[in-house]
Order: sequence, then C-alpha cells, then structure tokens
Amino acid sequence: MSPRTNAPIPLSEPPVDNPAPSSDAAEDEPRPGRARKPVGWSVITIGVLVAVSATLVWRRDGLAGVLDILTHDLGLFGGILPRVLAGCLLGAFISEILPHDRVSRSLGPESGLKGLLIGSAFGAILPGGPFTAYPVASALLAVGADFGATISMVVSWTLVGYGRAVAWELPIMGADFTLWRIMISLPLPVLAGAFGRFVYVRMYPKRGDE
Amino acid sequence: MSAALLIDLILWGSVAAVGFIAYRKGPMVMTTSLREGGVDFIRIVPRIALGVIGSGYIAAVIPQEVITGWLGPDSGWLGVATAVVAGAATPGGPVVGFSIGAVALKAGGGPPQVLAYVIAWALFAFQRLLLWEIPFMPARFVWFRAAVSIPFPFVAAAIAMAIHKP
Repeated sequence: MSPRTNAPIPLSEPPVDNPAPSSDAAEDEPRPGRARKPVGWSVITIGVLVAVSATLVWRRDGLAGVLDILTHDLGLFGGILPRVLAGCLLGAFISEILPHDRVSRSLGPESGLKGLLIGSAFGAILPGGPFTAYPVASALLAVGADFGATISMVVSWTLVGYGRAVAWELPIMGADFTLWRIMISLPLPVLAGAFGRFVYVRMYPKRGDE
Repeated sequence: MSAALLIDLILWGSVAAVGFIAYRKGPMVMTTSLREGGVDFIRIVPRIALGVIGSGYIAAVIPQEVITGWLGPDSGWLGVATAVVAGAATPGGPVVGFSIGAVALKAGGGPPQVLAYVIAWALFAFQRLLLWEIPFMPARFVWFRAAVSIPFPFVAAAIAMAIHKP
C-alpha cells in the first residue's frame, strides 16, 4: 500500500495512530498517520479551565462581563472558521498529492541539513495560522518526513512565519521589537530540528541509523 | 485589515492550487481529499469553539501585572527562566501573549526577558499545545517537539544579550 520500498527506515512512525477504533466507525478508510482521537483529556482539561475562569469572571463582573467576552470571542470564532476549513483542506490535499518517496528522501531521517532547511523554509512561507500549520505538519509526518524536519517546519512557522507577525505582533509589539525578534529567531528552526534529530536517534536507537 | 485579507487570499489561493494539482492527478484524488478535509474540519470545530470562545475567560482572570512584574531588566537569567515559564503558562490567542509582552516592555521589562517570554509562548504555550497541536498531530510528536524546544528561548535571550538588541 505504501510506496515506501526504497525509503530508509523512517523515523516518523509509519501509520502512526492505529485509527482510533470506536469513534470513527462512520469513516470507512481512515488515512494513516493522522491524529484521530475522540474527545480526550486535553479537551477536558481546557473545558474545566474555561468553566472555572468563566465562573470567576461571572463572580467578578457579573453576567454583563461574561456576555461581553462571549460576544467578542464568538466574533473571533466566526472569523477563524473559514480559515480552519482552508487549513484542513490544505492538509488533506497535501497528504494526497505529495509523492511519499520523494518526501521521505528530502525530509526524511537521511535528509541531513538540507531537509531541515527545506522544512524551515516551508514553515516560513506557509500561509495561515495553527489551523494550517498543524494539519500540514501532520500530513508531512504521514508521508515520510521525520521528526527533525517536521520540528523545523513547525518551529519556523511559529517563530519566523509572517502570518502571526504581520497580523498581531507588528501592531501590538511594534516594528522594532518584531523585526529583531524575527532576526534572532532565524537560526532557531534549523537548530531545533537538528537537536530534535539528535535526541530522537538516542531515544529510539533501534530505529536510528546514522 | 488588509493584511488579514492578504493572508486569507494566499491561504485560499494555496488551497486552490493544491486542489488543482489533486484534480490533475484524478478527480477521485480530489474528492477523497475534499471529503477527508471536510471530516477533519467537522471533527476539529468543537475543540476550536471551546478554545477560542473559552480562552477569553482564561485570559480575563490571569493577573497580567504578576507576569510583567517578573521580567525586569535586572532580573538576568532568573528573569529569563521566569519568562520561559510564564510564556508556557500564558493562555489565550495571539492577542494575549503579545499584549502581555507589550505591557512588560512598556512597564520597563528587559528586552531579552520579554523576547524569551514571547518566544517561549510561541513555541510551547500549553493551551496552544492542547487545543491546536494535539488534535491535529500525533501526541508523541507534540510532546517531543515541545521538549526539544525548551532550550531555544534561552538561546534567543543569549543572542539578544550579546548583540544588545532589540
């Protein structure tokens, strides 16, 4: 099924999550490597935090305070939704169209510094917010990128990517701070990816083959 | 909001471009991708609703002065370490982290400390890990990435101290 015959031993786990058994019964052919989980502890943690915080706001500011925040955040949510859809589609398309063997060659465990640089460049130019970056990163993992290159991509998106910098950081923090922050951040994605690989092959030595 | 509009255009333009490539590979490839993307979207929306609508409440009860008070220019490496912890603990969307950073700068925070705060928050704010990263990606990758990211706010602060910028 997977055209991975000539690929080196992939650091990224192949079909990672055995597709979450129960909750996804509706779906006949789950794509390998995508996180598919039912509502888990992460959602519960945040839910509890939100509930506690909302109660505190209510006791402090009354119902008006609660509604104030609610309307504001509902507006934000409405604005983000189409972008979330775009990100999901982008991730799905990319995982279908990227040739697995080519990805594992240029972003896989054997890709060296070049793979980290490609991952970093990709993260830096990727449009959108978390709703794009994480689905796309997940797609890369699924088609043969290793942890190192994917780390470079995610870190580059978050630190060097222009999306958040232009939309939020520039207006709030000012141009001087933002530009210096990005300059200082430039080497970090490659360093983080290299460090990630360094740790990975020592944590999972049976798979590492340098 | 022309910047946001531009970003939306690039985003949907990219979707259209990869969609077209998928279509060229065969209409089946495109419809499969569309369906899988749609299923992902439907599955992810409740979490995002919780995160986006809920983060306003979390941010409203976080005492900003406490965070900014720790980041003074004389706080040195202890201040940087505090900034990293504070960055990881800061909830909310982009507005919250940057706003706290801006307040800290205005209130006399040291630039390396504020830099470490912003970078730590960008790299591994717990709420973003839980709400955005874990739902989309294998949990093992998320924790691994967060763990190996820990040194880098310190690296950034060291660079900032060395070059006396920003």
